[in-house]
Amino acid sequence: MTAHEITLTVNGEEVREAVEPRTTLVDFLRDTLGLTGSHVGCEHGVCGACSVRLDGAVVRGCLTLAVQCDGHKVETIEGASDSGAIADLQEAFRTRNALQCGYCTPAMLLTAAELLAGGGVPSRAAIREHLSGNYCRCTGYHAIIDAVEAVARVRAGATS
Amino acid sequence: MKPAPFDYARARSVEHAVELLGREGARVLAGGQSLIATLNMRLSHPSLLVDINEVTGLDRIARRNGHIEIGALVRHVQAERSAEIAQTAPLVARALPHIGHPAIRNRGTIGGSIAFADPAAELPACLLALDGEVEIAGPAGKRTVKADDFFQGLFETALGPRDVLIAIRLPAATHDTRVGFAELARRHGDYAMVGLAAAARANGTKLTDVRLVFFGVGSTPVRARDAEAALAAGDLEAGVKALARNLDPPDDVQATGAVKKHLAGVLLRRVARQLTEAPQ
Ligand SMILES: Cc1cc2nc3c(=O)[nH]c(=O)nc-3n(C[C@H](O)[C@H](O)[C@H](O)COP(=O)(O)OP(=O)(O)OC[C@H]3O[C@@H](n4cnc5c(N)ncnc54)[C@H](O)[C@@H]3O)c2cc1C
Ligand code: FES
Ligand code: FES
Repeated sequence: MTAHEITLTVNGEEVREAVEPRTTLVDFLRDTLGLTGSHVGCEHGVCGACSVRLDGAVVRGCLTLAVQCDGHKVETIEGASDSGAIADLQEAFRTRNALQCGYCTPAMLLTAAELLAGGGVPSRAAIREHLSGNYCRCTGYHAIIDAVEAVARVRAGATS
Repeated sequence: MKPAPFDYARARSVEHAVELLGREGARVLAGGQSLIATLNMRLSHPSLLVDINEVTGLDRIARRNGHIEIGALVRHVQAERSAEIAQTAPLVARALPHIGHPAIRNRGTIGGSIAFADPAAELPACLLALDGEVEIAGPAGKRTVKADDFFQGLFETALGPRDVLIAIRLPAATHDTRVGFAELARRHGDYAMVGLAAAARANGTKLTDVRLVFFGVGSTPVRARDAEAALAAGDLEAGVKALARNLDPPDDVQATGAVKKHLAGVLLRRVARQLTEAPQ
């Protein structure tokens, strides 16, 4: 099982590493690159804790192989956070208690950001549906929906 | 858990993929949304994954000769956003939002959903309800298989170990096409407990060419042929009764067979109503 040399962009920086084919993207990010903001829960696609952006789309880090990302762009919560692009969402999560232990939060933020990038103010049902693949065992979800809705309102107001 | 070791190769073309699949234990890797989950749980042990994600030309949605062709690598999300599919394959458009969650649909492919052939999956049932076809490339060249012959058993299809599914082909909807779709799942995004994908042709106030395909009720998507005939005769009550003969769902983790049978009747009533409505 030969290792493969891969070159990819992670949070805007070029990375070159040798990986075993069986290494999932989330394990590669955490163990090889030390980017531990992406979490590992179920490892079979159900909990959503491992979500990262691959070429701009939010995907499961546990259902993507690192070797498949050769030549592609990956962005993690570290990159999204440092860029300031989701600062308003992070602040809304904090003020509304939309996180407790924080295990689900990085993935929840990236998934919510994807919905908000579509523009407008999505209905609460649409927010729930978009976040339906991200489990939170602490908050009971309402505060998360509140935070996402509040940011959508502010952003829509700011642009109209 | 972590997967057992395997080799990995990127296919450059469909022909290259077929060649790579010549190795014993090789498997196609598309969106990975079912396959990588089974690797992580060590439920499958391929020797080699043949990644087709970089093959060009497999992600097209094209209309030709009264058909719509959807390439194997079209991601669920791409299909969901396609105006072409909304217009010419409204049944598929209705079914897509029921597949998993947005992050699954960002990566999962149409070809993967058909090739995997989960008995509770939406798209195999749609393909069968629409009397579609599957285009396959293998060591002996290309061939086309009708949906009626494609789904053969539990996770078993007409695909051989060296075959690549390259596209599905569906008859494009016309003004008289009627479709209906409904499913019951415990939570949004879960595989269905029971689902129904249906298509028919409107002829005045009557329906002809009724195809009712239930999923989550057996080892493949299941056509309810007596119920189809009853609906074509305008007798919904007879159709619901006929389900007792046409379906024999086994008990599973989601529900008992008896509950599934009852729910199938509930879905048939809902879908029968949809079939009488002209598209907007
Ligand atoms: C949490 C979760 C929820 C889900 N919920 C649903 C749901 O409600 N409904 C539903 O239908 N699905 C659901 N899925 C499965 C999802 O739709 C998968 O994406 C789909 O079943 C497989 O498509 P894929 O492209 O990911 O294929 P892969 O996982 O890459 O492959 C699946 C199988 O098909 C074979 N294969 C794939 N493409 C080809 C091809 N072109 N030619 C030959 N063989 C091929 C592979 O070798 C493999 O055996 C869910 C998945 C997860 C993780
Ligand atoms: S760890 Fe990937 S979805 Fe749970
Ligand atoms: S805050 Fe603990 S799991 Fe969501």
